[in-house]
Amino acid sequence: MNCTKCKTKAAIGIPRHNAAFCKGCFTQFVHDQVARAIKSQKMFGKDDRILVAVSGGKDSLALWDILLKLGYRADALYVNLGIGTYSEESYRKVAKFAERVATPHGAKLLTHTVEEEEGAGIKELAQLIHRPTCSTCGTIKRYQFNRAAVEHDYDVMATGHNLDDEAARLLGNVLHWQDEYLDKQGPSLPASVEGFAKKVKPLYRLSERELAAYAVLNRIDYIVEECPMAKGARTLVYKEVLNRLETESPGTKQSFYWGFLEKQNKRTSAPTTMMEKDQSTLHPCATCGQPTTAEVCSYCKMMARAKTAASH
Amino acid sequence: MQVQLSHPARTVDVKGPKRVKELLRDLNLIVEAHLVIKGDDLVTEDEMLYDQDQVEIRPVISGGM
Repeated sequence: MNCTKCKTKAAIGIPRHNAAFCKGCFTQFVHDQVARAIKSQKMFGKDDRILVAVSGGKDSLALWDILLKLGYRADALYVNLGIGTYSEESYRKVAKFAERVATPHGAKLLTHTVEEEEGAGIKELAQLIHRPTCSTCGTIKRYQFNRAAVEHDYDVMATGHNLDDEAARLLGNVLHWQDEYLDKQGPSLPASVEGFAKKVKPLYRLSERELAAYAVLNRIDYIVEECPMAKGARTLVYKEVLNRLETESPGTKQSFYWGFLEKQNKRTSAPTTMMEKDQSTLHPCATCGQPTTAEVCSYCKMMARAKTAASH
Repeated sequence: MQVQLSHPARTVDVKGPKRVKELLRDLNLIVEAHLVIKGDDLVTEDEMLYDQDQVEIRPVISGGM
């Protein structure tokens, strides 16, 4: 198989684009897709300060790498979840990447350790409040990333969600007709109220396989092992189903998710509607001050429950 | 050839020569969910693999959000 662009030996085939690329042309393809996502969704500009949420996995490290190479001002935040050796190993990968790639670009790495602030690791917290580990993890990460972005005055927070993540999430939301989640499933969410950072997903045009290939070809050392807490997660089943469809019919994932975004854009001016909705329903949490629809936000409620359970 | 697999980590012996596409099919693995790495290089589905090759089949799916 030869590179569609330069005709040298290809390193990866991209059936959904009916193309194949060598290392150099593939890296350019990935950068172009991210640049296109940033521009078309008006995510941020060259003067904006970006906070990238990094985990040590391929997507977030690839995102940090791409943004720095495209000339953006991108720092990163790593949240140490306290999942034994898995967290230790993932932090090592992030710290190594920061030293090798980010620091020479003038970017810095911030860290937050769940055990230090929340008093226990994710697994223990989930057990204390009788909630699935992934949902506990999601609540803590969303809260801490938003807090860090707001407190450190970043203009926007970027996450490494890719096409597979978004297509799987869309499938889950459609299967359960979760309309309120469908409204918020865009790659660019505005800072609708005071205390909420703008959130963007610059990798939504790239598949999980393409991002893993980018990491391998660009020698980004990432954590290959699956998070031990994610075993049996519903998202993984949706991804498997979508990948089977993709194999039979290349382009299925992108037409599913991008088609949804096109329809969402045509239907109404979704971000405006969402912003208006947020502004009328959100107010500061009575405990921490972050925006919430309830009196106390879900993070503070969760922490209060964990504290009560631990004292018994 | 020695083929290194993940989740769980293990190594299997596979008789070559064999194309990448056939190797994945024989192991019941989906192309879209894996990368095949020979030595330090990514290889495409039409590449031929031989008995002396060191091959890693790396899953690309992550999740649990």
